[in-house]
Order: sequence, then C-alpha cells, then structure tokens
Amino acid sequence: MPTFVYMTRCDGCGHCVDICPSDIMHIDPTYRRAYNIEPNMCWECYSCVKACPHHAIDVRGYADFAPLGHSVRVIRDEEKGVIAWRIKSRNGETDLNLLAPITTKPWREHIPQLADAPAPSKEQRDSQYLFNEPKYIRLDDGEIHTLESNGLEMKVGVYY
Amino acid sequence: MAKTIVEDNIDILVAGAGLGGTGAAWEARYWGQDKKIVIAEKANIDRSGAVAQGLYAINCYMGTRFGENNPEDHVRYARIDLMGMVREDLLFDMARHVDSAVHQFEEWGMPIMRNPKTGSYLREGRWQIMIHGESYKPLVAAAAKKSADKVYNRVAVTHLLMDDAKENRVAGAVGFNVRTGDFHVFKSKAVVVGAGGASNIFKPRSVGEGAGRVWYAPWSSGSAYGLMIQAGAKMTQMENRIVLARFKDGYGPVGAYFLHLKTYTQNCDGEEYESKWFPALEKMVGKAYLDTEASHVSHRPIPTCLRNHAFINEVASGKGPIHMVTMEAFQDPHLEEIGWHNFLGMTVGQAVLWAATDVDPKYENPELTTSEPYVMGSHATGCGAWCSGPEDLSPPEYQWGYNRMTTVEGLFGAGDAVGGTPHAFSSGSFTEGRLAAKAACKYIDDGKAEGIRVSQEQIDRRKQEIFKPMEHYKIYRNEIVAGSVAPNYINPRQGLDRLQKLMDEYAGGVTVNYMTNEKLLQIGLKKLKTLEEDLDKIAAENVHELLRAWELKHRQLTSEAVMQHTLFRRETRWPGYYYRGDAMKVDDDNWHVLTVSRRDPNTGEYTMEKAPLYHLVGDIEDKALAELKASKAQA
Repeated sequence: MPTFVYMTRCDGCGHCVDICPSDIMHIDPTYRRAYNIEPNMCWECYSCVKACPHHAIDVRGYADFAPLGHSVRVIRDEEKGVIAWRIKSRNGETDLNLLAPITTKPWREHIPQLADAPAPSKEQRDSQYLFNEPKYIRLDDGEIHTLESNGLEMKVGVYY
Repeated sequence: MAKTIVEDNIDILVAGAGLGGTGAAWEARYWGQDKKIVIAEKANIDRSGAVAQGLYAINCYMGTRFGENNPEDHVRYARIDLMGMVREDLLFDMARHVDSAVHQFEEWGMPIMRNPKTGSYLREGRWQIMIHGESYKPLVAAAAKKSADKVYNRVAVTHLLMDDAKENRVAGAVGFNVRTGDFHVFKSKAVVVGAGGASNIFKPRSVGEGAGRVWYAPWSSGSAYGLMIQAGAKMTQMENRIVLARFKDGYGPVGAYFLHLKTYTQNCDGEEYESKWFPALEKMVGKAYLDTEASHVSHRPIPTCLRNHAFINEVASGKGPIHMVTMEAFQDPHLEEIGWHNFLGMTVGQAVLWAATDVDPKYENPELTTSEPYVMGSHATGCGAWCSGPEDLSPPEYQWGYNRMTTVEGLFGAGDAVGGTPHAFSSGSFTEGRLAAKAACKYIDDGKAEGIRVSQEQIDRRKQEIFKPMEHYKIYRNEIVAGSVAPNYINPRQGLDRLQKLMDEYAGGVTVNYMTNEKLLQIGLKKLKTLEEDLDKIAAENVHELLRAWELKHRQLTSEAVMQHTLFRRETRWPGYYYRGDAMKVDDDNWHVLTVSRRDPNTGEYTMEKAPLYHLVGDIEDKALAELKASKAQA
C-alpha cells in the first residue's frame, strides 16, 4: 500500500506528516503513530521514508501489480552528503547496495543572500539580464543571445 | 470556526513553489531587495512539486559554455517535437538563460557528473546532463527560503483575488491551511503562479492503489490552470495533452535508457517495429513533420507523439508487448548500476516494482507501455497560459508589456503555468520563474500596481465558497445512517472517478486508444457541465478532504479547457497523443496556428480564437540537414 509504518518503531514524531507532498501521512488518533491515510494518492516518492528518524516507514509495492516479498530501503545523510540504498528482490537473487552523493558542499552555505548583493543598476533592470548575467551564462565575457546576435528573425508562416 | 489570517502589503506572492515557484522567489529578491516576497505552497517546499523525489538528469541545458548548442538549436528541436506548435519567442528566451541557472545549481552544491575526458558536463543526450539529483528540490527550496520573507507551507491556494478598482488586474490570492483549516488572505501587488499541471484527469491504467503511481505526481492537480482560468486568463494549447511511453506499471523513466545506456525497443517477436508504421504516418502528417531520412542524418528528432503512434499501432495489431532491450547494455556492470540509480534518483517506485516482480534486466527485457494522458506544459507538451514574451524577441501579437505576464494584469506564470513552452523541464521552469520574478518587480516599479482595492465582500464570498464542502457535509451527513452513499452529495474521490471516466471515454484516454471526435467531445462537455454543478454539492468530511475537493475543482476546470481546445482544433496534430477521428490528418492550411481560449469568469462561457504562429528563421538549419536538402535540390 505504498508506504506503511511499523507499529513498534514509530514514536509519532510527525516528521513524515511534515514532509509528505501528498498530505497522506497522518497521525492515528488512537495509537498516536503515523499511517498512510490514502494509499492510492501515494507516489512512492520516499520523502517520508527518508525523513523518518527511526526508519519506521517502509514501502510495499502497489497491490494491483506488485507481488509481496521485496524491499527497497534507504538512508539519507545530509551531513555526509550521501544517500545509501539497498534493493532486495522477491526471489532474493537481486541484492544491490547503491550509494550516491546528494551534495558536493555543506548545505545552504554557498547560496548567496540576494538581499545583500550590490543593487542592480537601472541599466541592468532595463536589460534582459537575470542575476549574475551575462557572466553565468557561459562563465566568460560572452554576451547574451539575441535575434540580432544570432542572425535570426521571427516570421509568420510555415517554415522548418 | 477556524481563524482568518490576512497577510497584507505583499509585493510578490508565489502561488505554488515547485521548480518554477522557487526560481521566482529566489530571483525576486535581487530585483526587489526592499520588496515583500511571500510563498504559499500546499505541501512543504522542501519536497513539493514534480521534483519532490529528485531527478537523475537535467533535461534542458544548452552548454554554450562548452560550445555545444545555441538557444535556436533548442527551439528547432522543441518545434519539431511538438509538430510546429510552440511559442518560439518564449522558448528562445528560456534557452538563452537556462545555463546560468544550472551553473548556479552546481555552485550551490548540486552534484553534476562530468565527462572525464573533456571536463564538460556528462551528456545523456543532446540536451540532457546527468546529475545526482536526489536533493534537487531541497536545494532550490533552500535558495527560495533565503530570498522569501515568509513561506506558508501547507496553505493551498484556491482562487486569485481580483482588483475591485480596476478590471482584469490581480490583487493577491486566497486559500486555506490543509492542517488547521485556517482561511488565508494574501493581498499582493503581483502574483507568480508556479503551481503545477495535471495528473489524474484521465482514467489511469491502474485500478487500485497503483493509481498513485501516475507518471506525473498525484499532487499535480492542475492548479496552475484552475487558478488562472478562474481569473479569466487566456489559455493556449490546452488540447496538447501528453502520453508517455514508459516502463509498464511503474512508469519509470526511459530517457537515460535510450540515450545513455543505448537500449532499444522491440515487439513480441523481437523485431524493430517503428519503421513499418512510418510510411502511412507520413501520409497523415506530411513530410515536413516526419522525414526519417532527415532524422537519420541529422539531429532532427522523430517527434515523441509519432513514436508513440508506432507503439500504439503495433500493440493494437497484436504484436505486443513492446520490450525495452536491456539484456545487452546491462552486461556492463557500470551501466547496470546507472540503470538502477536512474530509478532511485527519480522514480523509486519502478525499482520497487522490479524488485517485487524479480525483474533482472541483465536476463530479461522489461515491458513498456503507453500511459494515460497528462496535461502539463514543461515536458514534451506545452499546455498553459497565453503569456507575453520579452520585448527584444517577441512579435506584436506575443507582447503586451511584461515577460511571462498572462492576459490578466499583474498575473505571471512559470513552469507548467506558461503555455507553448515545452521542453523546459526542471531547469527551464526554474529559469521561467526567474524571468517572471524580474518582470513582476518591474511591473510594480513602473507603478502598474497602484490603487489596488480588495473589497471585504470579495473576501467573504471566497471564504464561504472555500469552506462550503465542509458545511455541506455537516448539513447532509445526517440524512444517511453511515457509509459514503448519499443522495445530496458526492465526496472528492467519487467526483474524481467520474471526471476520469468521462475524460477517458470522451476526450481520448487509454480505453478508447486515444480516440475522440466532435460528437464525443460535445457529449463530454455536457457531462462536464453537470459534474461542475454537482461539484457545488461536493462534501468534505474534514480539512484533508477539503484539499481533495479543491484539487478536483481545479482538475475539472483544466479538463473543460482541454475539451474545448480539442473540439476547436479540427485536425489530428499529434497522432500518438490523441486522434480526432473526424479529422485524421495534420491540416497546415487551416491549423498552423496556436489555439487560444478564454473562459468568462462570470458566465462560464468559452470563446476560442486562433493566434498566428511565428517561427525563427535565419541561420538555424541543422548543418547535416541543410546538406541533405542541398544535395537533393542539385539532383
């Protein structure tokens, strides 16, 4: 049923409720633990699985086409900047461990605070440039492309 | 009763913050350093929108820095892929800026793979670069948070507010918190709609839980269109829904498989099947759109819809299933790993499905299928609002003031919201958000948002309308003992089921093999009207159902536009996306135009018009293609 929550692992912290893009991870009022209230609106996007501090959330493939007995587990570590997956197939013959980076730099530090950037001039405001342009388009002194610079015009009709 | 929370004096409200909305919020701070920038998002911007689970590729990157492509090359590509029907001014504009967004992503920490030999980004295809993009969305959300004054997570925007002082000018938006039920009023000088396109409009192939495994996210509720249509903005190309050829049931991506892993497709007999359908198809669409010889020698693609057409016909002729031949490529352990990473990075559900069904692509060629149709504007399809282009590129019919502004003053779009701009994907949508934000700041600085007045009457009316489904439930629930069957209301799921069934059967879904015609569309439009009436009696048991109720209303408005446009364009422009059975050919004499609609917000009546189609001409020929043409002219 896409995501489900193990009773003994969940402590009702609500991280999954906070992150679920589909608004389907809710806290059960009796057990005070999370569960998936609307499995057919679950994308298996794993946002809640990655966010759960107790690894209490897992996925059982969609019942209309996925047989039981498989496992795709994940650990996402922002500090180390990696994500680790383990895939086990129903018959046990596929058992893969896969690791991928999720960032090359410490989180958020290299995103500029645009409120503190030197204010754009009137000339920049009236131009076609966006922030950091034209430099960031090619990372050299090249200019932005225009119809004129590229020898183009726009014409009505069938031209291919 | 829940509280009313008013956020006043906003300069720029971003309604929906996926890739388009985060781009808008981030860039707006630079051009409006003293401006008040607010985001309203129905989920949590760290994982919202179509890129919530990540991406393994950025599908729109020119690489002018590495001498790879110019913007006009991308325009030509998108134009052919969409059978000519694109806004080339908007496409050129997006393409000339998109690289600067990608270079900044890398600087912020996005892992972009490099080609070890050349040092340039590792290409998957001519336009695609490969990334480790699991954290793509948290990364761009971090940028948006740095720029925004306030982020309202879990606030679903249901309507735009309109200026009561000047007609056809936007004045903000209203919505509700999907957890607390609080009513939110955003009074804003300009609004950038970054909301999404629509899944779950056409009946899905899956019958149960699997309906969640739609190709586009289930939370993509067509709100980009619902919001703008309600405000009376003109829409374009809404007939241009998309059908995807994907791995069966899991809808896992095939781009990296085709382009990078060099896998290919075959029918049940192990034969290549596409080419045998092309001669007849060429007669339907003309050589201008399907020229296999030209595609063979040049970079010119065979349009996505036409490849779908071959797939659909092969299956209909009894030669299914269609397989992706992975058994060759996957013998290389490095490529095998990429194949799995590709799923884990953007469609984990496909990896779950292969694990569940013991698919080992080294020893078995997995099945493909064609999906139910989707309505969106940033993949190989260009639904969305009719927007102004930039002043230095656009012809007069495409330009009325501010870049990416709709026909409603002060209302801007980005990503799926903007029509005629396919193949923007994630990076292009972010770029469009940046363009819209700069233009919105200029709109305000030029004094165009002076004197906006929002009456209390308008706010009260919207409030009553928004919470009506909960009131309706309270009143009529006690008519019945228990259960979900009631004579005076339907719940959101029941309404969605009805919408999907009628769109499927009358507007060209999977069960009718993507076929429709004038008669069918007219019946469908009638049924949509009665659904609209019944949606007035939709009941929500709680605030979560209230969210589903408003998503459904946005989907219904989107669907009506799709049907009206499909009825208007009397030709089959995109065989493989849908067929007009009563006009089975491409008709360039009458329909080499963009379709533009407007729904009158007061009467609900549609008016349709044709807009001229401008093409970029000049030195944009594919060199190999030009040589082929020249040699033919000589012979």
